[in-house]
Amino acid sequence: MPSSSLPSPSLAAPPSRFRLAANAVLKDPVMLGSVLLLLLLVAITVSAPLLTQHDPGALTPRARLKPSSELYWLGTDSLGRDLLSRVLYGGRLSITLAALVSAISVAAGLLIGLAAGDVRRLDAPVMRLMDGIMAIPGLLLAVAMVALGGANIVTMVAAISVPEIPRIARLVRSVVLSVREEPYVEASIGSGTPALKVLWRHIMPSTINPLVVQATFVCAAAILTEAVLGFLGLGFPPEIPSLGSIIAEGRPFFQRAPWIVLYPGVFLALLILAVNMFGDALRDRLDPRLSRQSKG
Amino acid sequence: MSKPRSQTVMAKGQEGASAAPILDIRNLKVRLPGGGDRRYAVDDISLTVHAREIVCIVGESGSGKSVTSSAVMGLLPKGILTLESGQILVGGRDITDAGLEELQALRGNRMAMIFQEPMTALNPLMRVGDQIAEVFEFHAKKMDRDAIAYRVLALLADVRLPSPETLRNAYPHQLSGGQRQRVMIAMALAMEPGLIIADEPTTALDVTSQAQVLRLLNELRGRHDNGVLFITHDFDVVAEIADRVVVMQSGRIVEQGTAAEVLNHPCHPYTQRLLAARPRGDFRAAALPPAKVPVLEVQNLALRFETKSVFKSKRRSVDALSGVSLKLERGETLGIVGESGSGKTTLGRCLARFAAPTSGKILLEGEPISAFQGGDARGYCKRVQMVFQDPFRSFNPRRTVGHTLAEGPMNFGADKRHVNARMLELLDLVSMDPSALNRFPHEFSGGQRQRLSIARALMMEPEILIADEAVSALDVSIQAQILDLFESIREHLGVSMILITHDLRVAARLCHRIAVMQRGKVVEIGTARDVFLRPSTDYTRELIASIPGEAAAGPASVMAIHSYGAEAQVLA
Repeated sequence: MPSSSLPSPSLAAPPSRFRLAANAVLKDPVMLGSVLLLLLLVAITVSAPLLTQHDPGALTPRARLKPSSELYWLGTDSLGRDLLSRVLYGGRLSITLAALVSAISVAAGLLIGLAAGDVRRLDAPVMRLMDGIMAIPGLLLAVAMVALGGANIVTMVAAISVPEIPRIARLVRSVVLSVREEPYVEASIGSGTPALKVLWRHIMPSTINPLVVQATFVCAAAILTEAVLGFLGLGFPPEIPSLGSIIAEGRPFFQRAPWIVLYPGVFLALLILAVNMFGDALRDRLDPRLSRQSKG
Repeated sequence: MSKPRSQTVMAKGQEGASAAPILDIRNLKVRLPGGGDRRYAVDDISLTVHAREIVCIVGESGSGKSVTSSAVMGLLPKGILTLESGQILVGGRDITDAGLEELQALRGNRMAMIFQEPMTALNPLMRVGDQIAEVFEFHAKKMDRDAIAYRVLALLADVRLPSPETLRNAYPHQLSGGQRQRVMIAMALAMEPGLIIADEPTTALDVTSQAQVLRLLNELRGRHDNGVLFITHDFDVVAEIADRVVVMQSGRIVEQGTAAEVLNHPCHPYTQRLLAARPRGDFRAAALPPAKVPVLEVQNLALRFETKSVFKSKRRSVDALSGVSLKLERGETLGIVGESGSGKTTLGRCLARFAAPTSGKILLEGEPISAFQGGDARGYCKRVQMVFQDPFRSFNPRRTVGHTLAEGPMNFGADKRHVNARMLELLDLVSMDPSALNRFPHEFSGGQRQRLSIARALMMEPEILIADEAVSALDVSIQAQILDLFESIREHLGVSMILITHDLRVAARLCHRIAVMQRGKVVEIGTARDVFLRPSTDYTRELIASIPGEAAAGPASVMAIHSYGAEAQVLA
């Protein structure tokens, strides 16, 4: 019978995840490209102090709105600040924020999703609460939270994480609901394994694959939300450069000095593109329903 | 694309007259992708099917029987299995080089297929009448709607479905498994194809529905002049229906001949082995004298599933179990037999505490199990262990077999050295290699995995072992081995067992006593020999009569014919 001659992907779990991951990255051009681009962007933002001697906040009134030159590689803004260092430091902030947001929202969403999926009594109240949060537009919620809490890193991270949590909780809950019916989970319960151990050992590992994929999309969304908040003037205070606020400050001078909007815009686009492409490629790899096709 | 109908019919008339085979497979070779244990899924096979003839291909899983049928339908998975050489002549035309359009015209028109799982083969969102009509819309575009409707009704009546006028408006989920399979057969017959390929068409069905479907296929070929290529793993089904038999092993034909020849005088050792492995009601276990306190006693157990609704009138309920009472003696094996939906699995789940009964009592050595709460509940788990039906899914694919086996005893604080020693001991008992401990579940075959899951249950040193359809997913020869294993476990360890199965032959082979369940009730309980040879209820008689291959042996086979009418109520 064909079923026995073909591997069934959802059941045959790969023994070594890391080796498979390395293989997948090397073989898939989209994956390889996005990983390289992402690494490059992270590398140049991390090494920002080495790439540029300019302080991103240092005003040079005489060198206002200058195009790119040997001294200022990407030119200067309306206050004579070096655009390159502002973009790099802004990017650094975006990436840090995105990493924090996805870590926090994945952790919180995982906990809430596991609880809602595994404890029947919690399911309805918790999921209705999540539905409630999802009903509020994410950006609006973020604007409100920043307005209330002031623009510091804690409120920013919280403001961007909260709207993402329900999405992740729902994803985790749906996986838990299907996996807990698997005979191997019942078999484990049947051999007297305490409920929390069953959850940790047999149910949670199945949620990791979809979670990793979701985390990349959260990352991209966080970068974008932060930029939008910055653009609206609700982000960090002006002395901290962020991609959104650089674009916002450059907007009045767009005719005379288009580079102020262009370079941070390009950086933002590349960053989000890399993260999203990585997420897409990861999903194609990890989703059992799609992996059969990519194997053929 | 499609030929006018009159021509098709004429062409078929000629075929019948010239007695040329409808299907002629010559030296077919189908290549497997590299890296497998063999190079060909189907290796150089030749066979023919004539009009009005039923040819059975029989073999275990992996023997290449389904690949053969897919090759004939042109349905080999692209890029995985490739047809390397050989010819497949359908009505004299070689279809190995036919293009997609030609194949589409052939499928349904000249040859049609019946699948194993009628629920998934039918579109759940379409009324069954429309699905049959669809065949005409593809292949006979000139037919008008009234003519199609007339043909659909005629077909539904032809496959003996009750009240075709109402039934054609039903959705697949409203039909029983047997009825769905008959709808599939009606679809297959729609264009009067010369060849019907039936791939394990009765494997997913209850024994009574199976008997009806087999009888139907047998009958129809006389009326429709079609040949049938019937694929099965079950020699009893072969005995029931086949004119000629083709036995396949690892992609090769090892034996071929008329049914009587092959079944009564098998030449090849493989055929002999398969025939010998068939579960037979040989009643190996004599009933035990009842002790004072049975190890497990069920009193008046009931379980009712209810849908939730704010309005009382909208709540609907199903009695999965009602008033079930039985006893299990120490060291005894009790078989619980019934068709799907009879409540046998629910009973097993209640006993293993995976489901909570609505009312009634379960007593473990005289103690009600509702008393086992909190920490004691885990103590109960230790004493009652379950072996699951699906050996593929009852192991966590992410954990090694050793981890899985050790999990239970470690939960109860057993020390590591002791657990290791016990694992090795049990692997030996279930005849598995110690190296199995470091491997992952997907590295084993179904039979091996079932051995491992028995070993896992025994790791807990249980007093009671509940096996829920533990052998139904396995090939006959593996099934026989696992049943032998259960037998030796019973003898060596003195475990009491509850064997839940739909297969009376399996129960008769292993059990001291058998309980027959129907619609949530135990309708008959007695020693295996009594239930099998002197059944006291009509339902049991019907079950026994429906066992394929037994028709010649028992006079009761007439019984099942009346059950055609009984299914009408499913729709009501």
